[in-house]
This record gives sequence, structure tokens and C-alpha cells, in this order.
Amino acid sequence: MKTKAGRLSKTTKNDLITYAMVIVVYIVMQILVSTGHVSSLIQGLLVPFCTYVIVAVALNLTVGILGELSLGHAGFMCVGAFSSAVFSLAFKDAIPGGLRFFLALLIGAAAAAMVGFLVGIPVLRLRGDYLAIVTLAFGEIIKNIINALYLGVDENGVHFTMKDALSLNMADDGVMLIKGAQGVTGTPNDSSFTIGVVLVLVTLFIVLNFIHSRTGRAVMSIRDNRIAAESIGINVTKYKLIAFTISASLAGVAGVLYAHNLSTLNALPKNFGYNMSIMILVFVVLGGIGNIRGSIIAAVLLTLLPEVLRALSDYRMLIYAIVLIAMMIFNWSPNAIFLRKRLKQRLTTGRKSGKEA
Amino acid sequence: MALLETKNLGISFGGLRAVNEFDISVEKGELYGLIGPNGAGKTTIFNLLTGVYQPDEGAIILDGVNLTGKKTIDICKAGVARTFQNIRLFNEMPVLDNVKAGLHNHYPYSTIEGILRLPRYHKVEKEMNEKAMELLKVFGLEEYAEYQAENLPYGQQRKLEIARAMATDPKLLLLDEPAAGMNPNETKELMDTIRFVRDHFDMTILLIEHDMKLVSGICEKLTVLNFGEVLAQGDTQEVLNDPEVIKAYLGE
Repeated sequence: MKTKAGRLSKTTKNDLITYAMVIVVYIVMQILVSTGHVSSLIQGLLVPFCTYVIVAVALNLTVGILGELSLGHAGFMCVGAFSSAVFSLAFKDAIPGGLRFFLALLIGAAAAAMVGFLVGIPVLRLRGDYLAIVTLAFGEIIKNIINALYLGVDENGVHFTMKDALSLNMADDGVMLIKGAQGVTGTPNDSSFTIGVVLVLVTLFIVLNFIHSRTGRAVMSIRDNRIAAESIGINVTKYKLIAFTISASLAGVAGVLYAHNLSTLNALPKNFGYNMSIMILVFVVLGGIGNIRGSIIAAVLLTLLPEVLRALSDYRMLIYAIVLIAMMIFNWSPNAIFLRKRLKQRLTTGRKSGKEA
Repeated sequence: MALLETKNLGISFGGLRAVNEFDISVEKGELYGLIGPNGAGKTTIFNLLTGVYQPDEGAIILDGVNLTGKKTIDICKAGVARTFQNIRLFNEMPVLDNVKAGLHNHYPYSTIEGILRLPRYHKVEKEMNEKAMELLKVFGLEEYAEYQAENLPYGQQRKLEIARAMATDPKLLLLDEPAAGMNPNETKELMDTIRFVRDHFDMTILLIEHDMKLVSGICEKLTVLNFGEVLAQGDTQEVLNDPEVIKAYLGE
């Protein structure tokens, strides 16, 4: 069957291009960094790039593949960040660096998956706007709980309270892990650009393979037509939950990477509030809903842009807004899509006729 | 024993009695038509048979198994497949994947096996592709396998919907106005397809239709529905010549 083989290789080829793109950018950046061509500003952004790429790809799984609007992904990131940061801080001296970070990753991903699963059970019964609003509220709740949480450990075991540091009643040798609004301080700095890129590739591997599997097909059939999906025997609730849980778990991985890049981790509106959730959604929408490669590019560009434009001070956000609008038009306007298709066609046919001649 | 039997089936929406005392008995391998004026309750009966609605009273029995009160998924697993009056395809997925989605429950492997691409993933996907292509070929759709479903011509979309329903390996196929919106040529082609499905898969088919040419051309038995109640039931020609049926359809 020739057509079948052609189709398979087409999707596989597309996936390989995505992996290759990430690897090439990584190699180029490594060379530029080692030859000293990269400013310290950009160097500081390398890990955040990876964080945002992972969380954008994770959200695209919910928005583009499952077809549900979630505004709570910053909340899942937050869960992953704090659960793993607490673990790493508690076992800072007990477990060596590499293994500790690996375990922290598993813990962050598992914690976010668990929260995603629990939130998903009631929330995925809602549709459209309602789902968006409930996930938005959930994200805020997580952030506020962590801001009020005090957690410590001493010889008597683990203490936690929502009141203040003194109410923990810790022994003198106790260690504070979460200090309320001050967050977690002293997390070992285990993240690096290389680890970030590896995690991006792992995320892509999981998401792309998921999409092209039987489960992914079931999820997309629910997105395209829920009633028809049910009529051919697809368990709607089950597959929605699977997709949402994986998406939340990957957002948790992004949180782990984020937490281990900073020595002080706070749950601020800026990093884990709804601003962040909407920011991630902007990456997904502008990159193209359901388009994984687009999410990667949009996440990198839109994280980079405000920093590069910093020199323009007041005009910075103005230009940023114009770029958002331009990207929107380029990606979604019917005229622009038509123009792009025609251009592509002309290029490919031009190349072909060139070969013949 | 009949393949599909309903006894005294009824449902109300608010004060409206949409279906009342509906009895039908479809033998294995039969091509059975369900006709009636607009709003007679034909699609409601399909929704009752597939568990979209739960009947207020009565029973649905398929091949000796009581399906009353079961959920849509379980009814599908028990062997009832359907198409929809307004086509419901998975528009943004390729034609081949539409059929593969229909094969979902017959070719299992776990999510983990899918993500890690373990040997079973490759084996089962290969089998699925072969089976799906086979089905597409039966319906003359193999050349469209890579098309996005929404880009298919209208007549082919109808066929794809039947192909997807057949992928669930049903005992009973329900077709809801398969000829709606088709021109005479397309309708004729569709009649051949339906007849072919019945012969090739030895399928039992219950269909709703308004096109009398199609109904009298392929259905062996008919049930006429009017205001949610059975008006006439029996062999096609007898039913179509029944004065009551003519009155309900054409007026006096």
C-alpha cells in the first residue's frame, strides 16, 4: 500500500523536523555561548525558554488536541515547581545532584498529574467558557494556598500550617521548607540549558507520539464530534481525563525546570498567576492551535521579544502588541493563509520545473 | 428470533409524547425502512435505540440481549452502529483516521505502549491500517485516505460515515436519512452502496428515509410513523398502498 506508507512517513517527517529544529537551535546556541557571542541577558533566558516551550506544548495538548480551553496551566506549573523544590531542599545533602533532580522531576510531574486528574474529574464535565473560568479559578486557588502555606521539617517529623511561621512549633534544629509568601529559598540550582533542551525533547516525544497513537485519535475524535465519538464506542470522559492529566503533568515538568533555575521561588501573580496562564495561551494561539511546532516558535519569540526590546523602554510593550497582532494576522487571516499557500505552491512548482529544465 | 425487537417503547419530552407504544421486529439480514412525515419521531427512535435518550417505558432487545437503559458506548459494543441525519464526521482528521477511530475498541493497545511505541503499537497500528484501508476500498474511498474528512465531496462524506459505522463491526446498522441532500444520481449510487453493505457484510439495516424511490427500491419491510405512533407496518408495497399511509403523507 503505497499511499499508506506515504502518509505515515509524512507525519513522521513532520515530527522529525520538529525534533531537528530544537536540536539545531540547541547546538547553535551552545556554540554561540562558548564563543562568547551571547549576552548575559540572553544566557539567563535560556532555561526560561525551555520552561515556556514545555508548558506551551503541554497546553497545546489541552487546547489543540483535546479542544478544551484551560486557563489553569500556570497552576499546574506551580504545583510541579513547589512540590519538586520542597523535595530538593529537604534532600539537598542526602542525595547527589543528578539523581536528586531526576527524582524531583518525577515528583513534580506526578504531583501535577495528580492535581490535574482531581481537577479534571469535575471540570471536564463542563464545556467551553465554563471550563476556562473554572480552571482559571483553580490556578488562582493554588497560588494563594501556597502563598499562605508554611511547611517545615524537624526531628519530630513534618509540620505545616496556614497561619504563620511561629505556629509551626518546630524544634530548634528544624528546617523551614516553605515560608509562606516568601516561598522556598535555597533550592539547589540543578537546571541547565542542556537539561532544559532534553526535557523539551522528552515532552515533544510524549506529545507527538501521543497524538499519533490510538489514544490520541480517540481524543481528537472527541474534539471533532463528541456525539459521533460516543456512537462508535469511545469513552469520552476517560480519554478527556487522560489527555488533561498528561497535559497537567507536563506543565508540572516545566514547573520543576523553572523552580530549579532560581534560588528563591515565590508564587507571584507574575509567574504563576492568571497572567502567566493567559501568556501560555497566547503562545498556543499565535503558534497555531494544534500545531506543536508553532507553539515552540511562538513561546521562544514572545519570551525573547520583550527582553530584546528592553532598550526601547516605553515603546517596548507597544511593539510587543503590534507583533502579537501581526502574528495573529499572519497565522489566522484567510487572506494571509491563501497568500502563504500560493507562495509555497509557486516555490515548489518553480523548483520542480527548474529540475525538469 | 428477530435481531432487533422493541416492545411498547415510549418517551415524552415535557408534555409531548414523542414516541408511543412503538413495536418493531427486524429479522437478521433485513433491509428495513422507517418512514413518516417530519416530526413523526423517527430520529427520536434512533436516539432511543442508541442510548442517546433513555425510554420512559418499554424494552429494546438486540439478539436476545436487553439494551434498555444502557449507555451509548455499551450499546455500540453490543453491536449497534449508526450514521447521523446531519453528517457527523471527525472533520479535522484524515479519512483513514476516521475509520481507524471506528476500529478503536477492536484493536486495543495502551496509552503507554502508544507513547513509547512498543512493539505492540507497531503491530496493532499495522493491522488497523490494513483493516481501515480494506473498508475504504469496499466503499471506493481508498484514493481519499489522506484527505481531511471535511474536504470530501458530500456523497463521499455520507459513505465515509457508513464506513466508520461498519468499522465498529456491528450487528445492526442504523442509517438516518442517508440520501438527504443528494441528487438522483448520488441517491442511486447510495442505494447500490446500501444494498452492497447488506450483501457483502450480511448486515441488518434499519434506515430512516424521505426519498420514496429509495425506500421502495431497497427496503423489504416498512414501518410508517405518524405523531409518534405506528401507522402501518409490513411489506413495502403493501404499506405504501395503504390508504392511511397515503393520507398521512399526501393529505386528503
